[in-house]
Amino acid sequence: MRLIETKDLSVTFGGQTVLSHVDFHINRGEIVTLVGPNGSGKSTLLRALIGAVGATGTITRAPGLRLGYVPQKLHIDPTLPMTVARFMGLPRRHSAADIHAALEQAGLPDLHQRQMAGLSGGQFQRVLLARAILDQPDLLILDEATQGLDQPGSAAFYRRIEELRQELNCAVLMVSHELHVVMSASDRVICLNGHVCCEGQPEHVASAPEYRAIFGSGTQGALALYRHDHDHGHDHHGHGCADDPLVKEADHAG
Amino acid sequence: MLDDFMVRAVLAGLGVALAAAPLGCFVVWRRMAYFGDATAHASILGVALALGFGISVFAGALVVALLMGLVVSTLAGRGYAMDTLLGVLAHSALAFGLVAVSFLSGVRIDLMAYLFGDILAVSAGDLAVIWGGAALVLAGLAWRWQALLTTTLNPDLAYASGIDPRREQLVLTLALALVVAVAIKVVGVLLIVALLIIPAAAARPLAHTPERMALMAATIGAMSAVGGLWVSLMLDTPTGPSIVCVAAICFAVMNLGHAVVRQG
Repeated sequence: MRLIETKDLSVTFGGQTVLSHVDFHINRGEIVTLVGPNGSGKSTLLRALIGAVGATGTITRAPGLRLGYVPQKLHIDPTLPMTVARFMGLPRRHSAADIHAALEQAGLPDLHQRQMAGLSGGQFQRVLLARAILDQPDLLILDEATQGLDQPGSAAFYRRIEELRQELNCAVLMVSHELHVVMSASDRVICLNGHVCCEGQPEHVASAPEYRAIFGSGTQGALALYRHDHDHGHDHHGHGCADDPLVKEADHAG
Repeated sequence: MLDDFMVRAVLAGLGVALAAAPLGCFVVWRRMAYFGDATAHASILGVALALGFGISVFAGALVVALLMGLVVSTLAGRGYAMDTLLGVLAHSALAFGLVAVSFLSGVRIDLMAYLFGDILAVSAGDLAVIWGGAALVLAGLAWRWQALLTTTLNPDLAYASGIDPRREQLVLTLALALVVAVAIKVVGVLLIVALLIIPAAAARPLAHTPERMALMAATIGAMSAVGGLWVSLMLDTPTGPSIVCVAAICFAVMNLGHAVVRQG
């Protein structure tokens, strides 16, 4: 069942095309990861899906779709007092018991009355995730949610995502730079660079020429992060992903 | 009881303070102080137009303040930095208003009463307008409270939950115009923003949740209104500025007290 689907989605900021002709969908229970260099439009795609940026093309949502969103960064103005428990009750209030249970599940049982501004980076991210799942979302959207976490922290974070998919039967769409984790934790990977370069199962995307052009050819992308080739020129029309039956050729920009 | 001008003044001050405090919290959280100034300064133009056309001053101030709010909301993020844009609009509105007032040769008006308020001259009718407006603002904020807080926290979180931040901004703009219109009589256009911001800022060190901050701000605002009136009666000082002075002293005491407690 498709939870959300875009057809020919394009986003332009001040004359600059950030995303062009993106066809995207995600099914219930699926974990999909967006990868791509900085400025490739990953966050913009997420923000277009939640309705925060204007886009041309169509976005179709399943009726009554509930979204859980974890932003890349959340700045809380120092003039705004906000306890963890209060934050968890925005925008829908929840019983104290539910909030307690959610924090306990996230491994943060004693933080109710702490100020959000006083949390460590890891605690903050886990509170954001705990809040996002309180509403039992159909689709969980994570924008570099493990930023600022150390390796064990982010590994635990991704394990938690996997559990959540089981518990809530929700879909997960995330942006990540941690390619090695992405490759093992995703059902499908979409490589974005202003348009969809290629997509498919992780192992096939990892061997696709479009992907290698961006991330280098480090096996499974583990080292690829440090071998970025930002001169990737989108001029590879008609070869690459399409050779592989499991990877859908989706290059429109050629 | 409403026959006594002091009773009417106290009630007018309380009405404005109670509505201004929670709205002022949003002005502080969202860094809209200059936005408040622009709206307030525009209202003097509304006053001039209202006097010129012989309609209610409240209605004139409300409409022009609202228009200014909408113009600023629309222009935000298009070209100029927000503070530049607001600086231009706020002071131009005030200047045009003052010039417009000077054209009203037929009407003898006391400009000072609109710039600094004239709370001792509040009539029973004014009181009805003030409390009506205040009740409307409080009801609107209570109705949209959760959505407003979410939007203030992060617009993307709001979008993801199906809340349109632009709509919530409109609610705040409307509330701001209403508060400005009802507060002209009490503190005047130049000091309205003080009544929005100072109680909220004074309440910040005492609060650990947004609701508590709003409640404390309302308490401090009400105390300042009553205290300011009393001071002005005792010392024969202008009332509007006296109210703001008391609020400012509250702000200093709260923040110093908080700093001392944290040190100790």
